[in-house]
Amino acid sequence: MARIVAGIGTSHVPSIGGAYDRGQTDTPAWKPLFDAYVPVRQWLKALQPDICIMVYNDHGADFFFDRYPTFAVGCADHYAIADEGFGTRALPTIRGDVAFSQHLCQSLVYDEFDLTICQKMAVEHGFLVPMHLCFDPSDTGWPVASVPIAVNVLQHPLPTARRCWRLGQAIRRAVDSYPADIKIAIIGTGGMSHQLTGPHFGQMQADNDQDFLDRIERDPESLTHITHQEMMNRFGVEGIELIMWLVMRGALSPTARKIHRHYYAPMTTGMGMITLEERQ
Amino acid sequence: MHQTSHAQLEPRTRIGGSLVFDLQLSWRGLRINTMCHELSTAQGRESFKSDEEAFMQRFALTEPERVLVRTRDFSGLLEAGGNIYYLIKLGAVTGHGLYRMGASMRGETYEAFLATRNVPQSV
Repeated sequence: MARIVAGIGTSHVPSIGGAYDRGQTDTPAWKPLFDAYVPVRQWLKALQPDICIMVYNDHGADFFFDRYPTFAVGCADHYAIADEGFGTRALPTIRGDVAFSQHLCQSLVYDEFDLTICQKMAVEHGFLVPMHLCFDPSDTGWPVASVPIAVNVLQHPLPTARRCWRLGQAIRRAVDSYPADIKIAIIGTGGMSHQLTGPHFGQMQADNDQDFLDRIERDPESLTHITHQEMMNRFGVEGIELIMWLVMRGALSPTARKIHRHYYAPMTTGMGMITLEERQ
Repeated sequence: MHQTSHAQLEPRTRIGGSLVFDLQLSWRGLRINTMCHELSTAQGRESFKSDEEAFMQRFALTEPERVLVRTRDFSGLLEAGGNIYYLIKLGAVTGHGLYRMGASMRGETYEAFLATRNVPQSV
């Protein structure tokens, strides 16, 4: 039987990808961020997940408002690297797992999540930054197969925080009913606090971010009742991305154990990270 | 229990002075965002750079929208329904990175904005 072994919440700030591509991971400005993920990669390497479910949002690289899915799930054997307006990054193509994706989609739809199922999908920084923070690519590509799950956090009405939590619970049921003996990691990405428009551009709310990190570990259900308006008051307009961490947490058991936690706020976005391991 | 349609977000609300990108705004900004979406391809970027006016014509921007693009008025483009993530593509092709756009939204120079950051070297 398949099982979830690990959950991770992490920011996916695009400047992290820029620093990675320019080889600046050891510079004073970036070292605190990148060093925090070294033990995360070692931990994941030891856990050896077969598949990574990546819950992220597209920022206008692959999806457009002519038709905009609330939840879109990848169901392909590979996913291209998208052009975000700067050309494509030199990263290995993302490997998919068609059989698992097909099972996941079927299970979620029959569990009453009306998904957009994507047999062609290109991924961008929302997906790629967490990918290279958590996994080292080699000459043969990434050490895990992936399932991208894109969430609408751009065009309101967005799915509610509680809906995201419930999607996580449904993902858990889908994994539990998959017959192959494989291990799954799930990553919820985005945030933390940031505001990218208006007179308060760049405002961060570190205290609220730390409170979110506390709660996502110990009391995640308290976050599911928060409205979008309240979320944006606490974390900024773009900080609403944090609802995607609830998909990850909903897929884990309440007793999952915290392994790593980090916070760094250098520029315009609170960069947070937490990892949780299932008790086996 | 049924949630009213406003339970998550008051219509036309602003958060810290910023509009929230909703369906009304998305409909209003559809031409601008469609144009910016095209800048996700190398061909689109070349077309924009070679003839900006023809590019705006192709996406049927209104004259007030064209003025906003010509003057690189990103705050005005946001009010006109431009979505920040699509406007970043317009910023990239015109030499206005996100932090420069943000500084102008705050009414500051780029240098003054950087001085407010915890680690300004992390650009």
